[in-house]
Amino acid sequence: MDFQVVVLAGGSSKNLTPLVSKELPKPLLPVANRPVLTYVLHQLEQSNLKDLIVVVEGEDAALVVGAWISGTFIDRLHVEIAAVPEDIGTAGAIREISHHLTTKDILVVSGDLVSDVPPGAVAATHRRHDAAVTATLCSIPVSGPLESGSSVGKDKAKKLGRYNIIGLDPGKQFLLHIATGAEIEKDARLPKRILRAVGQMEIRSDLMDAHMYAFKRSVLQEVLELKDAFQSLKEDVLPYLVRSQLKSEALSNRTPQGEENGNEKVTSLNNQVFVSRILANASIPSFHDRSSETPDGSAPTRKTHKCCAYIASSSSYCVRLNSIQAFMDINRDVTGEADHLLSGTDPNNNIGPSPKLGTKTTVGPHSMLGEGSEVGDKCQVKRSVIGRHCRIGSHVKVVNSVVMNHVTIGDGCIIQGSVVCSNVQLQDRVVLKDCQVGAGFVVTAGSEYKAESLARKEK
Amino acid sequence: MDPRRSARTVSDPKVRQVGFFTPAAPPERSCSDPPRQLDPIQSLSPSSAQVNDHSPSVDSVSPVMIPPPPHNNSDTLFRTDLQVTSPKTAFSYSAKTVTLPTENEDVTSSLSPSRKVVTVKSSSSYPCVKASSVPASELTTVSVVNLPPGISEKAGGASVEVLNDRPVSSKSLKEKTSKAERRALQEAQRAAKAAAKAEGTKASSAASKVVTSANTKPSKAAKPSSQKNDGSQVAAFEKKVGDRAPEKDRKKDAPHPRMQYDDTSRVEKAKKRAVVKQTEVRNRVELFRHLPQYEHGTQLPDLETKFFELDPMHPAVYKVGLQYLSGDIWGGNARCIAMFQAFKEAIKDYSTPPEKTLIRDLTARISSYVSFLIECRPLSNSMGNAIKFLKNRIAKLPLVLSESEAKATLMSDVDRFINEKIIIAEKVIVKHAVTKIRDGDVLLTYGASSVVEMILLHAHELGKQFRVVVVDSRPKLEGQLLLRRLVRKGLSCTYTHVNAVSCIMQEVTRVFLGASSVLSNGTVYSRVGTACVAMVAHAFRVPVLVCCEAYKFHERVQLDSICFNELGNPEAISKVHGREDINYLDGFVNQEKLQLLNLVYDATPSDYISMIITDYGMIPPTSVPVIVREYRREHLWS
Repeated sequence: MDFQVVVLAGGSSKNLTPLVSKELPKPLLPVANRPVLTYVLHQLEQSNLKDLIVVVEGEDAALVVGAWISGTFIDRLHVEIAAVPEDIGTAGAIREISHHLTTKDILVVSGDLVSDVPPGAVAATHRRHDAAVTATLCSIPVSGPLESGSSVGKDKAKKLGRYNIIGLDPGKQFLLHIATGAEIEKDARLPKRILRAVGQMEIRSDLMDAHMYAFKRSVLQEVLELKDAFQSLKEDVLPYLVRSQLKSEALSNRTPQGEENGNEKVTSLNNQVFVSRILANASIPSFHDRSSETPDGSAPTRKTHKCCAYIASSSSYCVRLNSIQAFMDINRDVTGEADHLLSGTDPNNNIGPSPKLGTKTTVGPHSMLGEGSEVGDKCQVKRSVIGRHCRIGSHVKVVNSVVMNHVTIGDGCIIQGSVVCSNVQLQDRVVLKDCQVGAGFVVTAGSEYKAESLARKEK
Repeated sequence: MDPRRSARTVSDPKVRQVGFFTPAAPPERSCSDPPRQLDPIQSLSPSSAQVNDHSPSVDSVSPVMIPPPPHNNSDTLFRTDLQVTSPKTAFSYSAKTVTLPTENEDVTSSLSPSRKVVTVKSSSSYPCVKASSVPASELTTVSVVNLPPGISEKAGGASVEVLNDRPVSSKSLKEKTSKAERRALQEAQRAAKAAAKAEGTKASSAASKVVTSANTKPSKAAKPSSQKNDGSQVAAFEKKVGDRAPEKDRKKDAPHPRMQYDDTSRVEKAKKRAVVKQTEVRNRVELFRHLPQYEHGTQLPDLETKFFELDPMHPAVYKVGLQYLSGDIWGGNARCIAMFQAFKEAIKDYSTPPEKTLIRDLTARISSYVSFLIECRPLSNSMGNAIKFLKNRIAKLPLVLSESEAKATLMSDVDRFINEKIIIAEKVIVKHAVTKIRDGDVLLTYGASSVVEMILLHAHELGKQFRVVVVDSRPKLEGQLLLRRLVRKGLSCTYTHVNAVSCIMQEVTRVFLGASSVLSNGTVYSRVGTACVAMVAHAFRVPVLVCCEAYKFHERVQLDSICFNELGNPEAISKVHGREDINYLDGFVNQEKLQLLNLVYDATPSDYISMIITDYGMIPPTSVPVIVREYRREHLWS
């Protein structure tokens, strides 16, 4: 279908410390015991997109991610890994690999997206309107009951980053305004030209940019080339394209019609004009066309491009893993209400020794135990995910938490609303509430922590 | 049947009396060869045909090939050096690994030394890739799909199966033999006997062909056991046989364009094949049950989600389908042009799969595109004509043409069709019609016809003084767009809805109408409401001029607008867009007793039409059969 797919997997993420580390880059962060990248790749595989470019920040991370992909998706996907320097942003990453992009349109998906929005629908919307960019918008996910508590993940900066102010045309097809990140705090600035052309605009704050974009390759490359300073697709490129949609500078938009017939000598230019006029007259003019035509009806003088929006239906699930809170939410949802995302992601997961449960141990609903884990007597596991080969002693309570692989938990521990990373050792009678424990950390016996982030000191 | 037929003959004379019908004429004309003159490619000496095989395995022995008529040998030289193109090899994924040195200097060059290739152990067949081996590449292939390209696999499989069948069938004789196998064997033996009899010079190859062809069917049941194959000629022949079966299936795939949708079993069958999810609307008007009507709004999202899953669909075709479905493109000419441009793109990107012939495979491909487009929106008659034209052009391609030449020919044919049949035709119509506009006229038009618009604009450019009345109707209100364009050009216009047409008709001096199709009994098939306007005009003795390109003419006879029609979205008439306050039917739409009817077309009887303006001139509606017949003679189809 002439689409290239770029998965921006990212690397280390500051928002997610101490969960991510050198050994465990963000794409491999387990969500319901599968690396988060699985969800994106699986979804792309489902929609028959088997030729992907995965962009990872940092070489070490790329190495790890590449090894994992080759192990998991061999014979299923054709994946190419590109390592880019850290901290160059999403736009920078695309700029790095821009010479590998050849197809007419590019689908850019964030690697931390856990959703069931069909990429095909985004691509189809993009194609139908012949847009320069199509952004996927979804309703803002409901943060769970945890958020009302004193969760650490919910600090201000993250909250702002997740919300957008989005302006749509009355038909809800075109993107007229988008404010992200820090811009939300400022006054919204709208080009008068757009307002005049559209006449009516709907401003919404209940939609979120899901970071799944379809770009016209020529436009994307041109913008990245012209604007060196652009760092982020979401915060720089997309708002720029939206802002300039009625006066696109040097964006080749109207050329394809000419190119198609250009090489034939038979077709005179005049006929092309006729054809394009017939076609144009037979479709509902969008505001782009209306604004670009001069009052006396001569040919459009100003170049325009379209910025479309694909609004995912409210029933679909769509969350980005970009904060610890989101991490908790996704773990909860994937094991709970959005469990259809899990189906078929990884058939191998069911093989292996099933977890052993001690006597009088209860595992509540929305919970998950990885293979080879052992749970002692009289334990309670509620709404939690426990990874592989964990050893949990007796009289342990795990509620609303995520425990990764190879964790040893001593007797009598109580873990609530926390994330315990791999290879952590919790000695007896540890009480954790809303904590994050980094990989390889050892919590001494009897200690109590509340809303803290524990991590091993870097040597 | 009989009484009905006799009844029909009563109406027939009307058609017949105009036609100057001499039965000998058409064949006579068809013998005189305009096509051969058009493309000299067809006229090639047989010797050149043998030399110029682009895929020797297919063509050299193919028994189906008819040697082209002997002709002047002047072309041969020019032919032969065109034949350099090698058959396209199946693409492989490994070609994708990019080994370019990085060339993005604009991105801080200080970073580039730090960039390094990631080494990843790719498992199974792939040996470990060393970092040093691929020094400059940024992308590292970590996971590869080791599938052979699907098409070649399929084709190869078919031929292998067939090749194997001889040993298998002989083996099956000794073991248990089913009835089919026995018969196959018998036939094979008979054929072998015949072959032995005719053991001349070329008999052996022929015999093997017969044997294999006879065995093709039963061999499918038998398991292929041995991998040995012999005789390249057999292979060549078998490919042909293997080809045919899937093609037939594909042909069956396309639901018949005039399917009766009240036949539930057929609808079920068609639904199974359909690419687009089609949910039938429950409450349909009794009289129109035979027409397809689907829940609007369910198709588009479903089709969109399948975007990447429809592998064989060309993106351009897919896009056009989406535009049809969502109503982004309407109007006979625009739809036809859009479709043809998409087909052109598809032809451009087409490459004949190995072991197939372009003519057949491309025809099948186009058919599958067409059936997809039909699912998006039923085709109009004009598009049917256009498709017939294209398929005919494909079928008439000379076998000796290389793939690239054939594609170029087809693409220029497509362009030619758009130019001659649509654009130039429109210009001619405009030229004719303008003569009918005089100063002081009040012209009425209905809907938004592209030809009528051009006529009006051209007449305005010529400085004629006239007024235009644009009559419009809900729900599409396309007249407003026309009005917009006319007013911008400085024409003085009146805008009204069709309800008021009887009032405004008094001052009108001429009615110009567009048409979706003109049928051979003179009936004009056009946007719903046209009949009403024409009848009112007739009652007021205002001449009705229908402007229609000749490619939209169709030989069918239609007496009413019930048999063939299209149902639009019923919601479009139950709801008034942008007027929330008058949506009285909210919540009533799914009522059992309520049936909404949104017809798209209607048929205007020829009695109400004074004249049809076409690219062949201005004719009375009774002369339509002449045009249909004359037009066919141009070898566009038939």
